[in-house]
Amino acid sequence: MTTEQMVGLVTGILFGFLLQKGRALRFEKQVGALLFRDMTIVKFMFSAILVGMVGITLLSQAGVIALSHKSANLGALLVGGALFGGGWALLGFCPGTSLGALGEGRWHALFGIAGMLAGAALYAELYPFFKTTVLAWKDLGKIGLPEMLGVSPWVVIGAFGLFALGLCGWFEKKGI
Amino acid sequence: MEMRTEDRGWNPYVAGALLGLLAIASVYATTLWLGKTNYLGASTTFVRAAGLLEQVVSPERVGANEYFTKTKVKVDWQFMLVVGILLGAFAASMTDKSFKSEMVPPIWRERFGPSAFKRALGAFGGGVVAVVGARMASGCPSGHGLSGMMQLSVSAFIALPMFFLAGMLVASLVYGRRS
Repeated sequence: MTTEQMVGLVTGILFGFLLQKGRALRFEKQVGALLFRDMTIVKFMFSAILVGMVGITLLSQAGVIALSHKSANLGALLVGGALFGGGWALLGFCPGTSLGALGEGRWHALFGIAGMLAGAALYAELYPFFKTTVLAWKDLGKIGLPEMLGVSPWVVIGAFGLFALGLCGWFEKKGI
Repeated sequence: MEMRTEDRGWNPYVAGALLGLLAIASVYATTLWLGKTNYLGASTTFVRAAGLLEQVVSPERVGANEYFTKTKVKVDWQFMLVVGILLGAFAASMTDKSFKSEMVPPIWRERFGPSAFKRALGAFGGGVVAVVGARMASGCPSGHGLSGMMQLSVSAFIALPMFFLAGMLVASLVYGRRS
Protein backbone atom coordinates (compact mmCIF):
# COMPACT_ATOMS: atom_id res chain seq x y z
CA MET A 1 0.00 0.00 0.00
CA THR A 2 1.29 3.48 -0.84
CA THR A 3 1.60 6.20 1.80
CA GLU A 4 -1.31 8.00 0.15
CA GLN A 5 -3.57 4.94 0.43
CA MET A 6 -2.45 4.28 4.02
CA VAL A 7 -3.22 7.85 5.12
CA GLY A 8 -6.62 7.57 3.43
CA LEU A 9 -7.40 4.27 5.11
CA VAL A 10 -6.51 5.46 8.62
CA THR A 11 -8.50 8.69 8.16
CA GLY A 12 -11.44 6.64 6.86
CA ILE A 13 -11.39 4.30 9.85
CA LEU A 14 -11.57 7.28 12.23
CA PHE A 15 -14.29 8.89 10.06
CA GLY A 16 -16.34 5.68 10.11
CA PHE A 17 -15.84 5.28 13.86
CA LEU A 18 -17.17 8.78 14.57
CA LEU A 19 -20.09 8.41 12.13
CA GLN A 20 -21.11 5.19 13.88
CA LYS A 21 -20.70 6.58 17.43
CA GLY A 22 -22.67 9.67 16.43
CA ARG A 23 -25.35 7.21 15.21
CA ALA A 24 -25.33 9.10 11.91
CA LEU A 25 -25.18 5.99 9.71
CA ARG A 26 -28.65 4.63 10.26
CA PHE A 27 -31.53 4.74 7.82
CA GLU A 28 -33.83 5.85 10.68
CA LYS A 29 -31.54 8.79 11.45
CA GLN A 30 -31.12 9.92 7.83
CA VAL A 31 -34.74 9.52 6.76
CA GLY A 32 -35.77 10.58 10.28
CA ALA A 33 -34.10 13.96 9.65
CA LEU A 34 -35.80 14.31 6.25
CA LEU A 35 -39.16 13.58 7.94
CA PHE A 36 -38.36 16.04 10.75
CA ARG A 37 -38.65 13.34 13.42
CA ASP A 38 -35.03 13.00 14.58
CA MET A 39 -32.47 15.69 13.74
CA THR A 40 -29.38 13.79 14.98
CA ILE A 41 -27.54 13.94 11.65
CA VAL A 42 -28.10 17.69 11.33
CA LYS A 43 -26.74 18.33 14.84
CA PHE A 44 -23.77 16.07 14.04
CA MET A 45 -23.10 17.79 10.70
CA PHE A 46 -23.48 21.35 11.97
CA SER A 47 -21.15 20.69 14.88
CA ALA A 48 -18.54 19.17 12.53
CA ILE A 49 -18.94 22.01 10.02
CA LEU A 50 -18.53 24.77 12.64
CA VAL A 51 -15.39 23.27 14.15
CA GLY A 52 -14.01 22.55 10.67
CA MET A 53 -14.79 26.09 9.42
CA VAL A 54 -12.75 27.66 12.21
CA GLY A 55 -9.74 25.35 11.83
CA ILE A 56 -9.64 25.36 8.05
CA THR A 57 -10.03 29.14 7.86
CA LEU A 58 -7.17 29.57 10.37
CA LEU A 59 -4.91 27.15 8.42
CA SER A 60 -5.79 28.85 5.17
CA GLN A 61 -5.17 32.36 6.54
CA ALA A 62 -1.80 31.17 7.89
CA GLY A 63 -0.94 30.02 4.37
CA VAL A 64 -0.47 26.41 5.51
CA ILE A 65 -3.14 24.87 3.29
CA ALA A 66 -4.84 25.73 0.00
CA LEU A 67 -8.62 25.90 -0.26
CA SER A 68 -10.14 23.84 -3.04
CA HIS A 69 -13.57 25.18 -3.93
CA LYS A 70 -15.81 23.21 -6.28
CA SER A 71 -17.39 25.11 -9.16
CA ALA A 72 -20.52 27.02 -8.23
CA ASN A 73 -22.19 25.69 -11.38
CA LEU A 74 -25.85 26.57 -10.82
CA GLY A 75 -27.46 24.01 -13.16
CA ALA A 76 -25.26 21.22 -11.82
CA LEU A 77 -25.87 22.12 -8.18
CA LEU A 78 -29.62 22.72 -8.42
CA VAL A 79 -30.52 19.77 -10.68
CA GLY A 80 -27.85 17.44 -9.30
CA GLY A 81 -28.65 18.47 -5.73
CA ALA A 82 -32.35 17.78 -6.25
CA LEU A 83 -31.67 14.40 -7.85
CA PHE A 84 -29.33 13.50 -5.02
CA GLY A 85 -31.87 14.52 -2.39
CA GLY A 86 -34.62 12.44 -3.99
CA GLY A 87 -32.43 9.35 -4.35
CA TRP A 88 -31.14 9.82 -0.80
CA ALA A 89 -34.69 9.77 0.61
CA LEU A 90 -35.30 6.35 -0.98
CA LEU A 91 -31.89 4.87 -0.23
CA GLY A 92 -31.65 6.33 3.28
CA PHE A 93 -27.87 6.52 3.06
CA CYS A 94 -25.45 8.85 1.32
CA PRO A 95 -22.37 7.56 -0.53
CA GLY A 96 -20.09 7.67 2.52
CA THR A 97 -22.61 6.43 5.09
CA SER A 98 -23.71 3.49 2.91
CA LEU A 99 -20.33 1.83 3.49
CA GLY A 100 -20.52 2.60 7.21
CA ALA A 101 -24.06 1.22 7.43
CA LEU A 102 -22.85 -1.99 5.81
CA GLY A 103 -20.07 -2.09 8.43
CA GLU A 104 -22.61 -2.06 11.28
CA GLY A 105 -24.70 -4.85 9.74
CA ARG A 106 -27.33 -2.99 7.72
CA TRP A 107 -27.08 -5.43 4.81
CA HIS A 108 -29.66 -3.62 2.67
CA ALA A 109 -27.04 -0.88 2.18
CA LEU A 110 -25.32 -3.35 -0.14
CA PHE A 111 -28.10 -2.92 -2.73
CA GLY A 112 -27.70 0.82 -2.40
CA ILE A 113 -23.96 0.51 -3.02
CA ALA A 114 -24.67 -1.64 -6.11
CA GLY A 115 -27.14 1.00 -7.28
CA MET A 116 -24.59 3.77 -6.74
CA LEU A 117 -21.97 1.88 -8.76
CA ALA A 118 -24.51 1.42 -11.56
CA GLY A 119 -25.43 5.11 -11.25
CA ALA A 120 -21.78 6.12 -11.54
CA ALA A 121 -21.35 4.05 -14.72
CA LEU A 122 -24.58 5.57 -16.06
CA TYR A 123 -23.36 9.09 -15.29
CA ALA A 124 -20.11 8.39 -17.15
CA GLU A 125 -22.19 7.38 -20.21
CA LEU A 126 -24.46 10.43 -19.96
CA TYR A 127 -21.66 12.93 -19.20
CA PRO A 128 -21.26 14.20 -22.82
CA PHE A 129 -25.00 15.03 -22.86
CA PHE A 130 -24.98 16.76 -19.45
CA LYS A 131 -21.87 18.73 -20.40
CA THR A 132 -23.69 20.51 -23.20
CA THR A 133 -26.95 20.96 -21.24
CA VAL A 134 -27.26 21.13 -17.43
CA LEU A 135 -23.57 21.78 -16.84
CA ALA A 136 -23.43 24.53 -19.49
CA TRP A 137 -26.08 26.86 -18.07
CA LYS A 138 -24.40 29.16 -15.58
CA ASP A 139 -21.13 28.74 -13.71
CA LEU A 140 -20.14 31.28 -11.04
CA GLY A 141 -16.72 29.65 -10.81
CA LYS A 142 -14.67 28.21 -7.95
CA ILE A 143 -15.41 30.83 -5.37
CA GLY A 144 -15.90 31.21 -1.62
CA LEU A 145 -18.86 32.97 -0.04
CA PRO A 146 -16.68 35.62 1.71
CA GLU A 147 -15.13 36.73 -1.63
CA MET A 148 -18.52 36.76 -3.30
CA LEU A 149 -20.03 38.92 -0.53
CA GLY A 150 -16.87 40.97 -0.03
CA VAL A 151 -16.70 40.24 3.71
CA SER A 152 -14.24 38.55 6.07
CA PRO A 153 -14.62 34.77 6.41
CA TRP A 154 -15.22 35.35 10.14
CA VAL A 155 -18.42 37.23 9.34
CA VAL A 156 -19.70 34.21 7.40
CA ILE A 157 -18.60 31.80 10.14
CA GLY A 158 -20.25 33.98 12.82
CA ALA A 159 -23.49 34.14 10.86
CA PHE A 160 -23.49 30.40 10.22
CA GLY A 161 -22.71 29.78 13.89
CA LEU A 162 -25.71 31.85 15.00
CA PHE A 163 -27.93 30.07 12.46
CA ALA A 164 -26.74 26.62 13.60
CA LEU A 165 -27.13 27.51 17.29
CA GLY A 166 -30.64 28.85 16.73
CA LEU A 167 -31.73 25.85 14.68
CA CYS A 168 -30.25 23.26 17.05
CA GLY A 169 -31.68 25.10 20.06
CA TRP A 170 -35.09 24.83 18.42
CA PHE A 171 -34.58 21.09 17.74
CA GLU A 172 -33.70 20.55 21.40
CA LYS A 173 -36.77 22.47 22.54
CA LYS A 174 -38.97 20.34 20.28
CA GLY A 175 -37.18 17.19 21.44
CA ILE A 176 -36.33 16.04 17.91
CA MET B 1 -26.13 18.03 28.24
CA GLU B 2 -26.39 14.24 28.03
CA MET B 3 -23.13 12.68 26.90
CA ARG B 4 -24.85 9.46 25.90
CA THR B 5 -27.93 9.09 23.74
CA GLU B 6 -30.74 6.65 24.53
CA ASP B 7 -29.29 4.16 22.03
CA ARG B 8 -25.91 4.31 23.84
CA GLY B 9 -24.36 6.41 21.12
CA TRP B 10 -22.23 9.51 21.69
CA ASN B 11 -23.78 12.93 21.99
CA PRO B 12 -24.11 14.05 18.33
CA TYR B 13 -22.60 17.49 19.03
CA VAL B 14 -19.52 15.89 20.63
CA ALA B 15 -19.12 13.25 17.89
CA GLY B 16 -19.60 15.98 15.29
CA ALA B 17 -17.02 18.28 16.88
CA LEU B 18 -14.53 15.39 16.90
CA LEU B 19 -15.26 14.85 13.18
CA GLY B 20 -14.55 18.55 12.63
CA LEU B 21 -11.17 18.10 14.34
CA LEU B 22 -10.50 15.01 12.20
CA ALA B 23 -11.29 17.00 9.04
CA ILE B 24 -8.84 19.74 10.08
CA ALA B 25 -6.14 17.19 10.99
CA SER B 26 -6.71 15.36 7.69
CA VAL B 27 -6.36 18.53 5.61
CA TYR B 28 -3.14 19.38 7.46
CA ALA B 29 -1.71 15.83 7.31
CA THR B 30 -2.37 15.35 3.59
CA THR B 31 -0.75 18.72 2.84
CA LEU B 32 2.26 17.83 4.96
CA TRP B 33 2.73 14.18 3.99
CA LEU B 34 1.25 13.91 0.49
CA GLY B 35 2.11 17.38 -0.77
CA LYS B 36 -1.49 18.11 -1.76
CA THR B 37 -4.44 19.20 0.32
CA ASN B 38 -7.14 16.52 0.33
CA TYR B 39 -10.63 17.17 1.64
CA LEU B 40 -13.04 14.50 2.91
CA GLY B 41 -15.35 13.20 0.20
CA ALA B 42 -16.90 9.95 -0.99
CA SER B 43 -18.88 10.04 -4.23
CA THR B 44 -15.93 10.23 -6.67
CA THR B 45 -14.88 6.84 -5.34
CA PHE B 46 -18.05 5.31 -6.77
CA VAL B 47 -16.99 6.52 -10.22
CA ARG B 48 -13.51 5.02 -9.78
CA ALA B 49 -14.91 1.73 -8.44
CA ALA B 50 -17.44 1.55 -11.29
CA GLY B 51 -14.60 2.19 -13.75
CA LEU B 52 -12.47 -0.55 -12.18
CA LEU B 53 -15.37 -3.02 -12.41
CA GLU B 54 -16.29 -2.01 -15.96
CA GLN B 55 -12.62 -2.39 -16.96
CA VAL B 56 -12.89 -6.13 -16.25
CA VAL B 57 -15.59 -6.45 -18.91
CA SER B 58 -14.55 -3.78 -21.38
CA PRO B 59 -11.30 -1.86 -20.83
CA GLU B 60 -11.72 -0.13 -24.23
CA ARG B 61 -15.05 1.35 -23.22
CA VAL B 62 -13.60 2.75 -19.98
CA GLY B 63 -10.50 4.03 -21.77
CA ALA B 64 -12.60 5.82 -24.38
CA ASN B 65 -15.00 7.38 -21.85
CA GLU B 66 -14.40 11.08 -21.24
CA TYR B 67 -15.71 11.08 -17.67
CA PHE B 68 -13.67 8.07 -16.55
CA THR B 69 -10.56 9.61 -18.16
CA LYS B 70 -11.21 12.94 -16.42
CA THR B 71 -11.81 11.24 -13.04
CA LYS B 72 -8.82 8.85 -13.38
CA VAL B 73 -9.80 5.29 -12.54
CA LYS B 74 -7.46 4.26 -9.68
CA VAL B 75 -7.36 3.29 -6.02
CA ASP B 76 -6.38 6.61 -4.45
CA TRP B 77 -6.56 8.35 -1.06
CA GLN B 78 -10.34 8.86 -1.14
CA PHE B 79 -10.94 5.27 -2.28
CA MET B 80 -9.15 3.97 0.81
CA LEU B 81 -10.94 6.56 2.95
CA VAL B 82 -14.28 5.08 1.85
CA VAL B 83 -13.04 1.52 2.57
CA GLY B 84 -11.90 2.79 5.97
CA ILE B 85 -15.40 4.09 6.79
CA LEU B 86 -16.68 0.51 6.57
CA LEU B 87 -13.92 -0.80 8.85
CA GLY B 88 -14.23 2.04 11.36
CA ALA B 89 -18.00 1.67 11.57
CA PHE B 90 -17.63 -2.07 12.11
CA ALA B 91 -15.09 -1.51 14.90
CA ALA B 92 -17.28 1.13 16.58
CA SER B 93 -20.35 -1.11 16.44
CA MET B 94 -18.35 -3.90 18.12
CA THR B 95 -17.21 -1.69 21.03
CA ASP B 96 -20.79 -1.05 22.21
CA LYS B 97 -22.56 -4.06 20.70
CA SER B 98 -24.64 -1.88 18.39
CA PHE B 99 -23.88 -4.06 15.35
CA LYS B 100 -27.24 -5.26 14.12
CA SER B 101 -28.21 -7.37 11.12
CA GLU B 102 -30.96 -5.56 9.27
CA MET B 103 -32.57 -6.18 5.88
CA VAL B 104 -35.53 -3.81 6.19
CA PRO B 105 -35.29 -0.66 8.37
CA PRO B 106 -38.29 0.27 10.60
CA ILE B 107 -39.48 3.41 8.75
CA TRP B 108 -39.39 1.52 5.45
CA ARG B 109 -41.23 -1.44 6.96
CA GLU B 110 -43.98 0.84 8.30
CA ARG B 111 -44.69 2.03 4.79
CA PHE B 112 -43.79 -0.86 2.47
CA GLY B 113 -44.01 -3.94 4.70
CA PRO B 114 -41.39 -6.55 5.57
CA SER B 115 -40.36 -7.55 2.00
CA ALA B 116 -36.56 -7.56 1.73
CA PHE B 117 -36.93 -7.63 -2.06
CA LYS B 118 -38.92 -4.38 -2.14
CA ARG B 119 -36.37 -2.74 0.13
CA ALA B 120 -33.51 -3.98 -2.08
CA LEU B 121 -35.21 -2.48 -5.15
CA GLY B 122 -35.80 0.82 -3.36
CA ALA B 123 -32.20 0.98 -2.16
CA PHE B 124 -30.86 0.14 -5.62
CA GLY B 125 -33.07 2.64 -7.46
CA GLY B 126 -32.40 5.34 -4.87
CA GLY B 127 -28.67 4.66 -5.18
CA VAL B 128 -28.72 5.07 -8.97
CA VAL B 129 -30.50 8.44 -8.79
CA ALA B 130 -28.49 9.66 -5.79
CA VAL B 131 -25.12 9.10 -7.45
CA VAL B 132 -26.17 10.57 -10.80
CA GLY B 133 -27.18 13.65 -8.80
CA ALA B 134 -24.05 13.68 -6.65
CA ARG B 135 -21.75 13.42 -9.65
CA MET B 136 -23.69 16.09 -11.52
CA ALA B 137 -23.33 18.36 -8.48
CA SER B 138 -19.67 17.24 -8.08
CA GLY B 139 -20.22 16.17 -4.50
CA CYS B 140 -22.30 14.52 -1.80
CA PRO B 141 -22.96 15.33 1.88
CA SER B 142 -19.26 14.66 2.56
CA GLY B 143 -17.72 16.66 -0.28
CA HIS B 144 -20.22 19.53 -0.24
CA GLY B 145 -21.92 19.12 3.13
CA LEU B 146 -18.76 18.80 5.21
CA SER B 147 -15.71 19.84 3.17
CA GLY B 148 -17.37 22.51 1.03
CA MET B 149 -19.12 24.11 4.00
CA MET B 150 -15.90 24.07 6.05
CA GLN B 151 -14.19 26.00 3.22
CA LEU B 152 -17.17 28.39 2.95
CA SER B 153 -17.58 27.44 -0.73
CA VAL B 154 -20.50 29.03 -2.57
CA SER B 155 -21.16 25.62 -4.19
CA ALA B 156 -21.75 24.00 -0.78
CA PHE B 157 -24.16 26.72 0.36
CA ILE B 158 -26.27 25.85 -2.72
CA ALA B 159 -25.84 22.05 -2.73
CA LEU B 160 -26.50 21.28 0.94
CA PRO B 161 -29.86 23.09 1.14
CA MET B 162 -30.86 21.44 -2.17
CA PHE B 163 -30.01 17.97 -0.81
CA PHE B 164 -32.23 18.57 2.21
CA LEU B 165 -35.08 20.36 0.43
CA ALA B 166 -35.44 17.65 -2.23
CA GLY B 167 -34.85 14.92 0.34
CA MET B 168 -37.55 16.31 2.65
CA LEU B 169 -40.02 16.65 -0.21
CA VAL B 170 -39.49 13.09 -1.50
CA ALA B 171 -39.36 11.61 2.02
CA SER B 172 -42.69 13.19 2.96
CA LEU B 173 -44.26 11.94 -0.29
CA VAL B 174 -42.85 8.43 0.10
CA TYR B 175 -43.07 7.82 3.86
CA GLY B 176 -45.55 10.48 4.92
CA ARG B 177 -48.61 8.26 4.69
CA ARG B 178 -48.35 5.35 7.08
CA SER B 179 -49.79 2.08 5.83
